[in-house]
Amino acid sequence: MAFIDYYSILGVTKKATEGDIKKAYRKLARKYHPDLNPNDKEAEQKFKEINEANEVLSNPENRKKYDDHGEHWQHAEAYEKAKQQQKQNAQQQTYQGDFGGYSESDFSDFFSATFGGSKAKGGRREAKFRGQDFNAKLELNLEDVYRSHKQTLTVNAKNIRITIPAGVENGQIIKIKGHGGKGVNGGPNGDLYIEFSIRNTTQFRRDGSNLYASVDLDIYKALLGGEITVDTIDGKVKLTVKPETQNGTKVKLTGKGFPKYKKEGQFGDLYVTYTIKMPVNLTAKEKELFTELSKLR
Amino acid sequence: MNTTNLISIQQFCTHYKVPITFITALQEYELVEITVTDDEHYLQTNQIYDLEKMIRLHYELHINLEGIDAIYNLLKQVESLQSQVKTLKNKLNSYEDL
Repeated sequence: MAFIDYYSILGVTKKATEGDIKKAYRKLARKYHPDLNPNDKEAEQKFKEINEANEVLSNPENRKKYDDHGEHWQHAEAYEKAKQQQKQNAQQQTYQGDFGGYSESDFSDFFSATFGGSKAKGGRREAKFRGQDFNAKLELNLEDVYRSHKQTLTVNAKNIRITIPAGVENGQIIKIKGHGGKGVNGGPNGDLYIEFSIRNTTQFRRDGSNLYASVDLDIYKALLGGEITVDTIDGKVKLTVKPETQNGTKVKLTGKGFPKYKKEGQFGDLYVTYTIKMPVNLTAKEKELFTELSKLR
Repeated sequence: MNTTNLISIQQFCTHYKVPITFITALQEYELVEITVTDDEHYLQTNQIYDLEKMIRLHYELHINLEGIDAIYNLLKQVESLQSQVKTLKNKLNSYEDL
């Protein structure tokens, strides 16, 4: 645990008045509040820091303790522990919601060690707020989200069984209602937000529900046409190649793409681009025949 | 009328310790929709999440209603842009992987 300079977090000097601290806190809170910075983890962390700094510096008792012990807070911890032992049956401190959605665990180890882990008491509103929303990241392979399936996740030591819908996108966030932190002062539980990180190690490029692939074609098949077997994400299919197919020709395999999210039974398309491969290391006979062919054109 | 997805404004305000005038003021700014049935005023429960945000913005960050209105419009734009960025990133990644 490192010493935390709460004054520098709020950008004030040690001589700052209560008014200065309040003003600095409000300004920073407006800048970094999670409601104003959606999906910004950096702002969320910064907000937790300034909230913690304000909890200490806006409370005269806590501020004095912080100023007195300063960076020797570790000795203060031992001192406070002894003191707390004596007051074991004294009033129990309770956490009261300030900015809804933040729990005791949002405070640093430094804060917990120095101030006993409970938020400072003050004349705050004691409204009932929803619990903290939890965020989790789930890494899956592209093939894993081809079909809807159930998966058990462990979030904050609790097992949650969720259905992962087919066709979920990379970076997509789904909400699991009520599986976040406990509500404050009897408010409802927060929600769990799961962000999907989809790794694509397949030969297919994905754009929404459409898939794209490149298929090599030998010169004879391209010229004369014929049947080839191509891989789709769900197995192999036979494809008829038209005679005189040009390099870069694109064909659409309707319904052979990726499942459409939350549209059961609907699939995107697979676009196959032909890359014609020229023969190499020609034999004398082949060279002769190609020369003959060239004379016909 | 089925009131399963509704919460009375009175109940909401008692729960969140905010005056009813705060909700009516939000309605004037079209930030919240009030449903009236049998002379009783209700909020749709799916508005609660946004309302909690507005309560925090107003009572904790001291942002007035004009400010909340402006913030909400901007937040909607931010959300739309974030969604576009995500789609474009996915597209870009798929080309980079080639």
